[in-house]
Amino acid sequence: MNRARGDEEEYWHSSKFRAFTFDDEDDELSQLKESKRAVNSLRDIVDDDDDDLERVSWSGEPVGSISWSIKETASGSTSSLEGRDSSLQKGSSSYAALPKQVSSYSLSSLFKGRNKLPSFQSLSDALTDTGVKNYAPELRRPKAEYKDYSSDWSPKDTVRRMQRGKVCSLERFRSLQDKLVLLDEAVAGHDGNVITAVLIFLKRTLRREILFRELEVRQVALCHLIHFLRETGEQKLLLDLLRFLDRTEEVALSQYREHLNIQDVEKRREFLKGCIGLPFSAEDTSHIQDHYTLLERQIIIEANDRHLEMAGQSELFRKYPRKASILNMPLVTTLFYSCFYHYTEAEGTFSSPTNLKKTFKIPDKQYVLTALAARAKLRAWDDVDALLTTKNWLGYTKKKAPIGFHRVVEMLQRNNAPVQVLQEYVRLVEDVETRLNLATKYKCHDVVIETYRDLKDRIQLTAYKSKVERGSAEEEKINSILNN
Amino acid sequence: REDRGRSPQRDFHILFVPRRSLLCEQWLKEQGVLGSFIHREQYSLDLIPFDGDLLSMESESAFKECYLESDQTSLYHAAKGLMTLQALYGTIPQIFGKGDCARHVANMMIRMKREFPGSQNSIFPVFDTLLLLDRNVDLLTPLATQLTYEGLIDEIYGIQNTYVKLPPEKFAPKKQGEGGKDLPTEPKKLQLNSAEELYAEIRDKNFNAVGSVLSKKAKIISAAFEERHHAKTVGEIKQFVSQLPHMQAARSSLANHTSIAELIKDITTSEDFFDNLTVEQEFMSGIDTDKVNNYIEDCIAQKHPLIKILRLVCLQSVCNSGLKQKVLDHYKREILQTYGYEHILTLNNLEKAGLLKPQTSGRNNYPTIRKTLRLWMDDVNEQNPNDISYVYSGYAPLSVRLAQLLARPGWRSIEEVLKMLPGPHFEERQQLPTGLQKKRQHGENRVTLVFFLGGVTYAEIAALRFLSQMEDGGTEYVIATTKLINGTTWIKSLMEKLEPTPF
Repeated sequence: MNRARGDEEEYWHSSKFRAFTFDDEDDELSQLKESKRAVNSLRDIVDDDDDDLERVSWSGEPVGSISWSIKETASGSTSSLEGRDSSLQKGSSSYAALPKQVSSYSLSSLFKGRNKLPSFQSLSDALTDTGVKNYAPELRRPKAEYKDYSSDWSPKDTVRRMQRGKVCSLERFRSLQDKLVLLDEAVAGHDGNVITAVLIFLKRTLRREILFRELEVRQVALCHLIHFLRETGEQKLLLDLLRFLDRTEEVALSQYREHLNIQDVEKRREFLKGCIGLPFSAEDTSHIQDHYTLLERQIIIEANDRHLEMAGQSELFRKYPRKASILNMPLVTTLFYSCFYHYTEAEGTFSSPTNLKKTFKIPDKQYVLTALAARAKLRAWDDVDALLTTKNWLGYTKKKAPIGFHRVVEMLQRNNAPVQVLQEYVRLVEDVETRLNLATKYKCHDVVIETYRDLKDRIQLTAYKSKVERGSAEEEKINSILNN
Repeated sequence: REDRGRSPQRDFHILFVPRRSLLCEQWLKEQGVLGSFIHREQYSLDLIPFDGDLLSMESESAFKECYLESDQTSLYHAAKGLMTLQALYGTIPQIFGKGDCARHVANMMIRMKREFPGSQNSIFPVFDTLLLLDRNVDLLTPLATQLTYEGLIDEIYGIQNTYVKLPPEKFAPKKQGEGGKDLPTEPKKLQLNSAEELYAEIRDKNFNAVGSVLSKKAKIISAAFEERHHAKTVGEIKQFVSQLPHMQAARSSLANHTSIAELIKDITTSEDFFDNLTVEQEFMSGIDTDKVNNYIEDCIAQKHPLIKILRLVCLQSVCNSGLKQKVLDHYKREILQTYGYEHILTLNNLEKAGLLKPQTSGRNNYPTIRKTLRLWMDDVNEQNPNDISYVYSGYAPLSVRLAQLLARPGWRSIEEVLKMLPGPHFEERQQLPTGLQKKRQHGENRVTLVFFLGGVTYAEIAALRFLSQMEDGGTEYVIATTKLINGTTWIKSLMEKLEPTPF
């Protein structure tokens, strides 16, 4: 197994790398400096031929070689502290231990720029201390040393060491008491990583009820676990925990969140249906209900419309082919779609706008605005007019808009409404200056003329004459006003 | 894994920056590739210097973690960062703070000091005071649109690690006689920091004051270039040539910033920007914060970007100490109907963070806070400001006011108001070894390190710099934070991720 040991000894002893030592001093500044230096010298190391390492482990792999190191790491062998035997048990090691490997392979030791003030020297180091450290001392240490070593750490010290990113096995904390002390120590240390590490260990080794019960009185640890479960997507355990804590609304929301992961529409619809009964707040319950109902409708509309589109009979669908499916779109978008493709349908059908308005209690303002946008896009000016006309109780009609008329004008203009149509609404713009601006911009001559007439502004009116065509009706109109 | 199959000779290493996370390793392990990495290490970066007076941890999730998930790990790292800072620049003798997170960080600092007595060093303290502030003490400021030059660049284009990417059209080099050349399609990337003289001069100014600086500069540079006609002797020519690189750099800097200013001006003169700002200022000065706002409704109806809507409704909520239930329900319904029901999750987060919530106590504290701390100043002077309210053209950032009042006359004068703001306020002293206790000379400024836990905006930084250079201010400020933010990135970090996770 050990071949050419002599050569290798020389190699190790002449190595300029520092060995891994169980230091308690962590000078991050020097670490940074070391790592900087190390990175710069990286080039040399990488080119190093590993053929010198001829030592072979019991598994056949040359010791110290890259493949050996991979194997070691893969088997989660933080276990060097527990002695070599446990490395045979592949799954048993507590992955809670941060695997900043004890096995300091050539590259890893580069970054371990420590040893400013070594407070603890390994036994072998002390013996061979010549200022040039051994390369991989843990390969040489007697097993006994590991055993003594590992059982010495108290919960407090274990947490300390983990905070520094050192290897720690938590397996020996067997009793519930010990585990709780460990957890409390971790919480007191404030390092989230350590707390999470301990929690992973506890999650694996404690019965659920006990874990929940103990966490209920430990707020900080509890929050960490919840965060952890969210991040790793352990939905079931998270929900159980939240239910245990009676955080019903959170249970509801967490469960609702899951719907985002369901791509298939039918499944999503089923899932949403199931969400309705969950303990949301009163307001939220109605929203969830609406979400389900909306998706249900959309599925029906989508199926229908796709059919229509394929059949090719509908002129509307031929002229304005759908760019996207209506599934999972917001309500207002669905309303726009419905006003676009299904405007004239009676209230009874699922796809009619009025049905949507009624089912989802869409306020008038929103409804009119959306319908306006849809009909304007289709250049259905009559529909637009109808939307803007209200009849009062005497039967008189009046033009009214939920937004200022200047907005209506802009919307119509964007859709290339003819001047006659635009003119109607420019006339209704309340603010005179805005009205003049828009009228001039869009060449609504009559409105300009009328406005100047109302303002009794002869000068502007005369000036405007130059903007109209010679001999046109508008010119005549101006002249007749000016002459009165 | 695929990679490994392809090139078995390759070694894979992974370097976690700024720190390794157990979750990450867990996931890697589950994917079965953890063992493929030869080496896993972390390269600790706690506080990163962004400029001579600015440090950031660039921890995007710090606010969300601390206030939504009660996970205070980032505070632990803030404390560690502060310990490193103290190791380099001396123990900070006085610590003031406001907020739960601030209290926590201070406690950790004191404890860390106790546990490492050997770290007592003999460095003369550079900082006199440390002020720790929770972001949630001032939820208002990040929501408002910043109006400083740098603030606007960040709001509109987003500054990432002192770099900004801009639309290239205005930066195409103009060559004489060549029209219609192919415009570059790659966005123009510029670095922005105080090493650039012109930028240092204009970055913290209110945008409306930038134009005059640029035109003055243009005259100076033109005149400088004209000098070449006056240089007659060889000596003069030589002198001119030696200054040429500097002048060219100044000219190119001026050209860049003139282009940027034009881009920004296009936005700030738009109707929408004006309407938005008007509503913001109405809320901040306390007008009509208890009703549904028409402009917001219109924006929802026109389906403006959701984050813009959220900023406005949250601003209204904060300026009203929470919205009346009816108003809140109305906004929520409109938002969900227009943008989708799945946004219930985001709205829930915003409520949890205190940004968009129902009014619980039935009374609105904001007017008192506003009046006592003089947060709204009507007579703001944008060109030659005399008060920090210039950074928002009228609104003085609450957080910076607190810092200002701490220095002078001290927080005792605002006890009542402090109690209305969330979290405890406190003072701690750290022992300095004898001999290091500094007696400030008359006229020498104190140095205060202000640490924003949860994020800070460029406008707040500008306001603090303004205080630093005030003639008889008495204090110079250095700023540290968990992250540089603006309203958009901040709200975004609180939004629920709606795409299914790739994992």
